[in-house]
Amino acid sequence: MTSRRQFLALAGGALAAPAAMAQLDPNIAVKRRVALQNAIHKVVGEAELKTGKVKLDIPPLIDNGNAVPLTVTVDSPMTAAEHVKAIHVLTEKNPQPFVLAAHLGPRAGAARISTRARIADTGQVIAIAELSDGSFWSHTVSVIVTLSACLEDGLI
Amino acid sequence: MAARVVVSVPPSAKRGEVIEIKTLASHTMETGFRHTQTGELIPRDIITQFVCAYNGVEIFRAELFPAVAANPLITFTTVATESGTLEFKWTGDNGYSAAQSASITVT
Repeated sequence: MTSRRQFLALAGGALAAPAAMAQLDPNIAVKRRVALQNAIHKVVGEAELKTGKVKLDIPPLIDNGNAVPLTVTVDSPMTAAEHVKAIHVLTEKNPQPFVLAAHLGPRAGAARISTRARIADTGQVIAIAELSDGSFWSHTVSVIVTLSACLEDGLI
Repeated sequence: MAARVVVSVPPSAKRGEVIEIKTLASHTMETGFRHTQTGELIPRDIITQFVCAYNGVEIFRAELFPAVAANPLITFTTVATESGTLEFKWTGDNGYSAAQSASITVT
């Protein structure tokens, strides 16, 4: 049987949770966007980020944001003269934009990596490839997340 | 915690063939953004780096962030150049370290 004391403790906890959510920064969407832009800048530097060459394969509708399979393929001959140096995956709505940074070289033979990511909310996922000639290419995909990773904390 | 890792490397390949390598490490990848029911922050505990070396030469390296799902799966490719060993190493927070190796015969 639940005692009065236990009940009050539980009820207090239930009330505290929405209160914590209410304290969330109202500008969080803007802050996340700025964080993403800063992260892209960190990867790309002053170079121009072009679209193309990169293919980010991710399901457009995600049931469970805790483990989202994704594959990044870059169109490159992967020779010593012309290859992909790095592949970065970033998200728009996560508390931290970075997901994975892979460093590869001509010995990879093909520029293709796969992993599983946590995606906090409906938004954009970006794959950026750094080529040996110093250029940066990207592919952005908008995804819809029904069950978010870290939703229970109201982080998004 | 016992560090359990699994790698999948084809046992043999033709010289010059592009082979796919799959790796899986058993790890919770605690993000550091979650709270307990009493409101305390659960500290971050993730794998931060993964390195693969082919006969002692690094061929692939990845930096992992909290947004990588639990039990990180990483798939990548390499060219089968010579027979030998592929060594895999994972390192992370709280002194986490795991290693695995696989041999390949190149014909």
